[in-house]
Amino acid sequence: MTPIADYLTEDHQHCDDLFADAENAVGGRDWDTAQTRFQDFQRATLAHFAREEEVLFPAFEAATGMAGGPTQVMRAEHVQMRQTLADLTSALARRDAQVYLGLSETLLMLMRQHNMKEEQILYPMSDRALAAECDELVDRMRRVK
Amino acid sequence: MRPGLSLEQAPPFTVPLRFYLAAPFFLAAAGLLAAWPDGAWNLDWSWDRPWGWTWGWTSSRWSPRAIALTHLLALGFLGLVMLGSLAQMLPVVAGVPLPASLAVSRLSHAGLLAGIPLLAGGMLTLAPWALLAGAGLASLGLALFAGAAALALLHARPSPTVWAMRVALLGLLILWPLGAWLAAWLAGLAPARDPIALTGAHALAGLVLWVGLLVVGVSYQVVPMLQVTPNYPPRLARWLAWGVFALALPLAAGGLAGWPAAWLETGLTVGLAAALATYALATLDLQRRRRRKLGDATLDYWRLAMASLLLACGFAVGRQAWPEALGDAWEVFIGLLFLLGFAVGVVNGMLFKIVPFLAWFHLNTQVGMRGTGLTSMKDFIADADARRQFRLHLGALGLLLPSPWLQGLALPGGLALAVSAGMLGWLLWRARRVFVAAGGREGG
Repeated sequence: MTPIADYLTEDHQHCDDLFADAENAVGGRDWDTAQTRFQDFQRATLAHFAREEEVLFPAFEAATGMAGGPTQVMRAEHVQMRQTLADLTSALARRDAQVYLGLSETLLMLMRQHNMKEEQILYPMSDRALAAECDELVDRMRRVK
Repeated sequence: MRPGLSLEQAPPFTVPLRFYLAAPFFLAAAGLLAAWPDGAWNLDWSWDRPWGWTWGWTSSRWSPRAIALTHLLALGFLGLVMLGSLAQMLPVVAGVPLPASLAVSRLSHAGLLAGIPLLAGGMLTLAPWALLAGAGLASLGLALFAGAAALALLHARPSPTVWAMRVALLGLLILWPLGAWLAAWLAGLAPARDPIALTGAHALAGLVLWVGLLVVGVSYQVVPMLQVTPNYPPRLARWLAWGVFALALPLAAGGLAGWPAAWLETGLTVGLAAALATYALATLDLQRRRRRKLGDATLDYWRLAMASLLLACGFAVGRQAWPEALGDAWEVFIGLLFLLGFAVGVVNGMLFKIVPFLAWFHLNTQVGMRGTGLTSMKDFIADADARRQFRLHLGALGLLLPSPWLQGLALPGGLALAVSAGMLGWLLWRARRVFVAAGGREGG
């Protein structure tokens, strides 16, 4: 049973799909669709960060006593990604496809290597360390919008 | 080391970068060596017979030049980039960093940079000192790195990528003593009952297990990552590396010990080709189903690489079935497809993503992008430049592939390869210059 890994991995995939839709729209210079898709993507990504920062990470830190370890690195990468999301927002407002596509590829690499570490290391560790309260944690994460 | 607990962001930029920056020189050297006419090598050619030149490497993989070329490509270009990428990927995919990554990468890089040219030179001239010094230095460099990577992989959380990397390291353990033995034999220091069979086993372990499985293991991560595709089918990802190992090992052993029955060798060759072809087809299928629609040079490189691998598998089976019809020239052709089309293709394409991303990532972490005048990874290597370099590589491959039958094409083909490698190197070095000029520190 790996409820935390399953739920959050699916959430990653959802964000990836929204990311690709927004980028495809910018690639086709369909700015109205791009605006909507990007907002969907940004909202989903920020909600995902919140699920981790407000629910999973504190529980993981309390259960393992590792407050300065893996979760610290993940939080630092969230900061980098938030910054890139802000840069994307302003590129989109300026309708600057070249800058948007450069930034979106950068964000994709950042996001995917971050997700890889979470999916292959942090989530399985969380499922083990938090076995007793997994389902409750997933419920709480679902409620974060 | 506590397994699976290290989520450090990345090793210092210099750890992978020093390997990436050196690699194109070997690719360019391979191009120049491929272009150089046989007669010109001994300086006994004359201007009155310029069209009497020959390029013997194109018709036999056993020519000294073909052997030197193979090592410049496999050890010089591919080997260096793969070591750099292992150092970079281990913390991400396995949660375990390369132990003492700075010292290991520095020493290993130095050993390989000194050893590979000597080894290639020794193969060309058969000078015993060059062969031994080259093989010794390259072995030291490789062993140091492989030992450190093996330590990390022992502690890694198992995943299909980790398994493929482990099996690739096993391949290295097979190819390396065989290679050392062959170098000693060429230098006249060791006997060899059947050097052709030894070379066959060495090449099989080197190309299929080491090069092939490292590419496979890295693909499991980067194909879904770059184009937002579904993951590889779990059963394929779990069993492919072991399947390839289980087929390649008896194939190498049978070549050394002698085949009890011909059908066994044919069966194993067909099985191995089918396993690699399945991987290539699965990769093309995933890329066809990608969510991210925008194409780029890296995607072009992947497609070229998978098409080359499929062709190489098909012709390898054909050569096994009809050795009379598909003679020595076809071996060179298959080797070119596998090394230049498949392996160099994937690696070259990946460098256009890894180097700019790492430059951006380290710069952003160290000083932030504000005030640098740079915004994204594309400011380090532009798409248009990458596409131009891809077209040069495609041209080089197009000229070199028919060279086993039209050997004169080795001249323009080799030169085109050198130019394409030169452009790759220039783009990578320029990315480094942009990084440093913006205040980035390679050492971390």
